[in-house]
Amino acid sequence: MTSTTTGTTTGTPRLTPDQLDALGAELDAIRQRVLADLGEADADYIHGVVRLQRRLEVAGRALFYLPPAWPLAVAALSVSKILDNMEIGHNVMHGQYDWMGEPGLSSRMYEWDNVCPSEQWRYSHNYIHHTFTNVLGKDRDIGYGILRMDEDQPWHPYYLGNPAYAFLLMVFFEWGVAMHDLEVENIVAGRRSLADNKALHAGIMRKVRRQAFKDYVLFPALTGPFFPLTLAGNATANLVRNVWAFNIIFCGHFPAGVATFSEEECEDESRGHWYYRQLLGSANIDGGPLFHLMTGNLSFQVEHHLFPDLPARRYPEISGEVQEICERYGLPYNTGPLGKQLLSVARKICRLALPGRRSDQAAPAAAQPAAA
Amino acid sequence: MGVLSTVLQSRAVAALASPHGVDRFLEQVNPLWAAHEVRGRVVDVRHETTGVHPVSTLTVQPTSTWRGHRAGQHVQVGVDLPGARRATRCFSVSSAASGPGERFTLTVRAHDDGQERASVSRHLATAAPGTLLHLSQAGGDFTMHATPATPTPHPLLLVSGGSGITPVMSMLRTLLRDGYDGRAGRPVTFLHYARSAAEQIYAEELAAIARFDNHVDVRLVHTGEGGQRFSPAALARLVPDFRDTDTWACGPTGLVQAVQAAYDGSARLRVEHFKAPTTAPGAEGAEGETSFARSGLGAANTGETLLAQAEALGLRPQTGCRMGICFSCTTRKTRGTVRDVVTGEESSRPDEDVRICVSAPVGSCTLDL
Repeated sequence: MTSTTTGTTTGTPRLTPDQLDALGAELDAIRQRVLADLGEADADYIHGVVRLQRRLEVAGRALFYLPPAWPLAVAALSVSKILDNMEIGHNVMHGQYDWMGEPGLSSRMYEWDNVCPSEQWRYSHNYIHHTFTNVLGKDRDIGYGILRMDEDQPWHPYYLGNPAYAFLLMVFFEWGVAMHDLEVENIVAGRRSLADNKALHAGIMRKVRRQAFKDYVLFPALTGPFFPLTLAGNATANLVRNVWAFNIIFCGHFPAGVATFSEEECEDESRGHWYYRQLLGSANIDGGPLFHLMTGNLSFQVEHHLFPDLPARRYPEISGEVQEICERYGLPYNTGPLGKQLLSVARKICRLALPGRRSDQAAPAAAQPAAA
Repeated sequence: MGVLSTVLQSRAVAALASPHGVDRFLEQVNPLWAAHEVRGRVVDVRHETTGVHPVSTLTVQPTSTWRGHRAGQHVQVGVDLPGARRATRCFSVSSAASGPGERFTLTVRAHDDGQERASVSRHLATAAPGTLLHLSQAGGDFTMHATPATPTPHPLLLVSGGSGITPVMSMLRTLLRDGYDGRAGRPVTFLHYARSAAEQIYAEELAAIARFDNHVDVRLVHTGEGGQRFSPAALARLVPDFRDTDTWACGPTGLVQAVQAAYDGSARLRVEHFKAPTTAPGAEGAEGETSFARSGLGAANTGETLLAQAEALGLRPQTGCRMGICFSCTTRKTRGTVRDVVTGEESSRPDEDVRICVSAPVGSCTLDL
């Protein structure tokens, strides 16, 4: 039976170095097995998703010529953008399909339908977030530099606005992601200078110009008298994508029960500890195949964090094994339906707006033997 | 297609298709529609020789984006191998010079590359009509600039070995197609080395060319059947003043090096390797250690190319032509000196990007791989 944890991280079982090594070896074996099995089926799958996304995009753009079909156009374009960003963009940029050697699906070349330039995303997401997952002070995805998402982030009156900031981040998520790399909070704190951002500015502005010109000028203009309708439709599609992506992503690391770590804990960490941290630092969302497709299989956030470069369509098939391993090592496997995970995240955002008491046993500190 | 392709290549259409690009949409409709990329479909297959390493000539219908080729140029050909792995290799075009969008032929011998799970050349040599190819534009400077349209009074000499016949065949075919004949007053000597008559590519066509009165002297040497290997003396008997004759030579490394030695630096000689050497000249005394930083692997330097050494350790770096043309394998070298196995040039700059397929380490070397 899968253990769905709730509550704090204080009950997190600790593993001995030997147990961590064994855990690492078991997970490595899954990875090797899937890698050896990659082939036509994976290629057919991603080609199929790309085909669907391209068709939906063309259909969405074309339907704006038929004003009564406006809701349909917005729906097609929204789904197109969600597929492009999540199941295709996010996963391709992780290098999940690099083994195919196809330039259109290469992590080095893919550019997504999003104002954040893919090159900067690959650095902040693939490297910073996936390497230092849930390490306070290192992983800038904890609160994206504007929210208080962990009790160990010291409280400040600024965080009274936590729920409002979260709402704004949701609405403007793609812009938040693009700004993310500029590390504005570090500039405010004096840890980063504006000059450090100079190189990034040009890339972001070029991408922003292209995206905005396409969605807010060119396509609306092409529909002539329907300019305002098309403009509103494109903005709505971007909004739908923002809200959806924000919610899925926040369910990945912020539901109750997800652990965070200190920099000291992760110094010279073993591969086993890295896996352990990824396991405890991520949460899944239950759902059907269509739901998983629409989340880019980030509903399998645990499996994704263990194996970020395996094609995401493989996560469902290995999740049973991962759960079984968790059970054997007494580790929580955090999963739940979307509603429950969302509620849990919303609660956390609101609760951490207030100073609250700092949890006594913050972060699993003492090395205890694993709970059998 | 003129107006249409101008529209498809326009900035306005690029802005509409951003960020994916027009071709990502066109390919969904028909793989032979493209605005920028070059693809081709095999429309005809002709088996030149049979055996363990069969040779086939493929007629390729390219997309309208194909800008054509000059005789002697090569093209990168990517194919989807079983297991959905695309691999790319470089092949000379074997048909006469082509114009934009025109069909051309590739002649491919099936080789089995040691480290590869499947080989591009075998896949191509056994391909069926309908196979889709991912192409580059034609490239390379191993070309013949003088054609009957711009005649020069000089005699020409074409030397080739094995599958190295393809670029010089393209030259010969271009000359003949464009009206070259015996009255040009410019004899062409076509000297080719093959292992045996059974392995002779274009046997019928070459026999026909030899029969015609066209001042083309076709000399086929079958070294496995008593024919003499290349020697300066034998060449001098055929073309006494060969060092002063415009010459194009293409073939295995051994032949090309022998021809280069015979010409002693003469500017009249142009050469093309159809396969890059795996070790640099003077690599006998290879020493030091070759380290691959990211994977934490390393071994004693064998003197072979960095790519060969990486693959020997089980690494699978991204590769393409494997002869220094396509830059697919470019990797950051953080420390050490490497020698270009084709040119012999050395470079020692730290943190430089090198093409690992044609770079062999001289002493210890560290690669970010």
